[in-house]
Amino acid sequence: MNKKPNRLGHTAGKTVTYALLILWGLLVLFPFYWMVLTSLKSYSAYNGEYIPKLFTLSPTLENYATAFTAVPLLDYFVNTVIFTLVTTGLMLIVTVLAAFAFSRLQFPGKDLLFTVVLALMMIPSELVVITNYVTVTDWDLRNTFAGLILPSVTSVFYIYLLRENFSQIPDELYYAAKVDGTSDFKYLWKVMVPICRPTIVTITILKVIECWNSYVWPRLVADEADYFLVSVGIQELRENGFGRENIPGMMAAVVAICVPLIVLFLIFRKKIMAGVARGGTKG
Amino acid sequence: MEKRNHKAWLYLAPALVFLGLFLVYPLIDVFIFSLEEGYNFASQTSFGTGLYNFSYVLHDPYFLQALKNTFILVLITVPVSTGLALLISVGLASIKKLRNLFQTIYFLPYVTNTLAVGLVFMILFQKTPYSDGFVNLILGFFGVAPIDFIGGPYWAKMLVLCLYTIWVVMPFKVLVLTSALASVKQDYYNAAMVDGTPKWRVFTKITVPMISPTLFYLIITGFIGAFKAYSDAVALFGTNLNAAEMNTIVGYVYDMLYGASGGYPSYASAAAVILFAIVLTITCINLIVSRKHVHYS
Amino acid sequence: MKVTLQNLTKTFPARGKGKKPVTAVDNFTLEIQDGELLALLGPSGCGKSTTLNLLCGLLEPSSGKLFFGDDDVTKLPAQNRGVGMVFQNYALYPHLTVEQNIRFPLENLKGKDRPTKEQMANKVKEAADLVQIGELLERKPSELSGGQQQRVAIARALVKMPRILLLDEPLSNLDARLRLQTREEIRRIQRATGITTVFVTHDQEEAMSISDRIVVMKDGLLHQAGKPQEVYDDPADLFVAKFLGTPPINTFDGQVKDGKLFLNGAAVLSCDAPDGDVVVAIRPEGFLPGEGSFICCVQRLEVMGRDTSLVCNCPCFTGEHFRVIIDSDDTQKVTGTSVSFGLKPGKVFLFDKETGCRIRCNLGE
Repeated sequence: MNKKPNRLGHTAGKTVTYALLILWGLLVLFPFYWMVLTSLKSYSAYNGEYIPKLFTLSPTLENYATAFTAVPLLDYFVNTVIFTLVTTGLMLIVTVLAAFAFSRLQFPGKDLLFTVVLALMMIPSELVVITNYVTVTDWDLRNTFAGLILPSVTSVFYIYLLRENFSQIPDELYYAAKVDGTSDFKYLWKVMVPICRPTIVTITILKVIECWNSYVWPRLVADEADYFLVSVGIQELRENGFGRENIPGMMAAVVAICVPLIVLFLIFRKKIMAGVARGGTKG
Repeated sequence: MEKRNHKAWLYLAPALVFLGLFLVYPLIDVFIFSLEEGYNFASQTSFGTGLYNFSYVLHDPYFLQALKNTFILVLITVPVSTGLALLISVGLASIKKLRNLFQTIYFLPYVTNTLAVGLVFMILFQKTPYSDGFVNLILGFFGVAPIDFIGGPYWAKMLVLCLYTIWVVMPFKVLVLTSALASVKQDYYNAAMVDGTPKWRVFTKITVPMISPTLFYLIITGFIGAFKAYSDAVALFGTNLNAAEMNTIVGYVYDMLYGASGGYPSYASAAAVILFAIVLTITCINLIVSRKHVHYS
Repeated sequence: MKVTLQNLTKTFPARGKGKKPVTAVDNFTLEIQDGELLALLGPSGCGKSTTLNLLCGLLEPSSGKLFFGDDDVTKLPAQNRGVGMVFQNYALYPHLTVEQNIRFPLENLKGKDRPTKEQMANKVKEAADLVQIGELLERKPSELSGGQQQRVAIARALVKMPRILLLDEPLSNLDARLRLQTREEIRRIQRATGITTVFVTHDQEEAMSISDRIVVMKDGLLHQAGKPQEVYDDPADLFVAKFLGTPPINTFDGQVKDGKLFLNGAAVLSCDAPDGDVVVAIRPEGFLPGEGSFICCVQRLEVMGRDTSLVCNCPCFTGEHFRVIIDSDDTQKVTGTSVSFGLKPGKVFLFDKETGCRIRCNLGE
C-alpha cells in the first residue's frame, strides 16, 4: 500500500476541517467583537469613520457612562432581575411539586392527566398570548410585575424533564424513607431534590436565560418605561432613546445586557449545554 | 402507598392553576375569539359568530406579505441551517484539539439577547449617509456596489433576516447534533473501517442513518421555530415591520393585538389559528415523510 | 416482639383488560416468635416480598390481620410501625454520607421520642460499631463496596431500635465469598440485638444456613414452616422437597404394591402406603451403591473432593439424568456402566402423583 498520498489527503482533510470550524467560529464571534469594539469608540471617533475600523487606539468607557445615565438602563436591569428571579423562583416551586406528584404519588387519572400536560408542550405560546393579554388587561395587571410574571411561570417542558429525573430515583428509596417514618414532603425536600439537584440547576439556568431574553410578552403587557425589561428597553433605546445616531452608546448598552448571561454561561458551561442538549429549545 | 389521592392534588394544584389559567383556557378561548365577529375590546361584546375574521385576515395585504415573508424565511433557513449544522458537527466530531473551545464559542449566540445582538447585525449591514457599513466594506473588496441591507431592496432585507436567523438557531442545532454524533458507537465506524468503507459512504450509510432521529427532530423543531419568527425581524428592522415589508405571521398577530394598528384581538386570534394550522400541517407532513426515512433503533 | 399474621391476603387489582386480579398472598397464617430469625423462602413471584411489604406496612392487606405483640397494626401506615427494613438494593440515599444515612430515621422522630443531637450521635455510633463500619462514617454510599453498603443499610434499619427487622433479599447483590461472610454477620447482629427478624430469599442454602425457622412459599401460599433441618428431612409436599437441597432431590415414577415400593420393576423398600402409582423423591445422598436392587446406568463420575457425584439415568426417572452423592470411599463399588443402589429410608419420600401431597408412611429395608 502506498501510504503517502493517504497521509497527505488526511492532513489536507484536517486542514479543511479546521479552516471551516475557525471560519464559523469567527462568524459567531465577530458580532460580539464588533459590539465591544464599537462600545469603546468615542461618539465622534465612530461617526468620523466612513470606513469602519476593526480596532481602536483610543478606547473610552464614556459610552458606558452615557448608557447608564442618559437612559434608565439601570432601571431596566433592576426590572429584569426582579422579573427573572421571581419568575424562576415560582417556576421552581410549581415544577418541583408537580413533578413530584407525577413521579411519586398515586392518584386516579394520573396517566391521563400527565398525557394531557405533555400534549400542552406542543401548544405554541403565540396561540395563547392573545387571551393572556386580554386576561391581564381585564385584571388590571398591565404595567405590573404580576402581569409580567404570572403568565411566564409555567413551563410544561421543565415539569416533564424533572419528572423523568425524579422517576429514575429507585422506588426503594421512597419505601425506605416511609419505613423510617418520613413524610412525603420531607422525602421530596430531603431526598429527591438533593439527588436531582443537577437537573434542578439546569432548569433554573435555562429559565433564567429565557427570562432574561424574553421580549414578546414584556413588550405586550408593559408599555410604561417603569416596567421595561432589557429587551424592550434596548428596542426602545434604538427607536426613541438617545438619538438614533449614538451607535457607540447603544453598543455599550448591548454589551451590558449580554454580559450577565455570558458570564453565567461561562461558569455553568457544561450544565447549560447538557441541559439544552437534552431537549431545550430557544424561547 | 395506595391512598394519598387528596395529597397528590395538593402538590399538583399550583401547576394546574397556572396551566389552566394561562395555557388551557387561552387555548380554547383563542378559537372562540377567532370566530367572534366584530369584537369590541372596550365593551367586550361581539355581533355574532362566523368566519369573517379569517376572511378579513386572509384578504389583508399585510397578512399576505407576512405569510410570504415567513414562508421564504422557513424555506431558506431550515435547510441551510440544518445542513450547515451537520457539516460543522461532523467537523467537530472529527477533531480532538480545541474541540471544547469551538463548542463553547458556537454555543454563545444561544445565551445572548436576540434583540441586542440583532442591533449589532443591523449596524454591520446598515448603509447610512455616514458610512456604508462593515459588510459593504467587505463586499467592496469584491467590487460590489454598496447595498442598503436594512432600508433597501426587499431581497437584501430578506437576506439579512435569513442570515441572522441562521446565526441565532445554529447553536442549538450544532449542540444537539454533536451530542447525537458522540452517541454513535465507535464499533460501527470500526466495522466500516475494517470493511474498507470510503469516508463518504460511512457518512451517508452509517452516520446519517444513525443520527436520523435527531436530524428529523431538528427539522421539525426548525420548521416550528422558523414559522414563529418575530423577534429577529424586530431586532433588525424595528417594531414597525409592516412599513419595512418584513413582517412575519407572529408579528402580524402582535400588531393586530397591540401596536400601531392594534386593538383587534379577533383578527389576531384568526391569524394565530391560521399559523397553528400551518405549523400542524407541516409537522404532520414531516412525520409522514420521516416514517420512510428515519431509522429508529 | 412476637408477630402474628392472621389469614393475611393481598390481592392486586387486574392490570389491563382481560387480566385477572392477582392474589399475591393467600390466606397466610403464621406466628413469629420473639427474637426469632425467620426466612421467607420461595421462587420469584411466590409472594414472599409482598408478605414482607405487608409486614412493614408499605402494603395494606386486602383481608386478614397483623399483630405486633398484642397491637393490631393491620391499618397502621409504615411510618408508624417502628420497623426497620433493609432493601435489596440497600436504598441508601446517594447524596448523604454514611453517618447522615444512619441518622436519617432518627431525625424523623417527633416530640418526646426525638433524641437530642448528642443521643443521636451516640446511637449512630453504636449502630455503626455493631455492623463494624465505624471508620466509614464520612463516606458517600458510592465510595463503598457492596458489602459495606449492606452494613450501612443494616445499621440504618437498626438505629431506631425497631420492633422488627425486615431484610429483602439481603445477600443477592453480593458476590459469592461476601455472601458467606455477610450471612454469618447477619446472624451475629441478630443474635446481638435479639430483634425479631424476617428475611426474604430465593436461595434455599442461605435460608437454611442461618435461620431459626424457614417458611416455604409458592403462589402466595404457605407450603411449610419449620426448623430448616425438619423441613429438609420431612417435606410437606413435592414442591418443598424439590425446592430444598443442592443438588436437588431426584424424582422417580414408582408403584406401591403389596406393601412394597417398586422402582424400575424392582422392589426397593418395604412400604405401608396404599397401593398405586406414586412419585418417589430421593435425596442425592440417599443412595447406597452396590447394596441393593435399584439398578441404574452410570453416565459419568464427578469427583468433588470429599464427595463424589455420580450422574446416572434410569427409565423411571422423570428427567434426563439424576445426580447421586456418594462418599469418595465408595467409589470403587462403582464399576462398569451400571450400578445397583440400596436406598436410605429416611431420604426417600412418597408423593401423590396428582396433588404432589406427601404420602406419609413407614418405609424400611
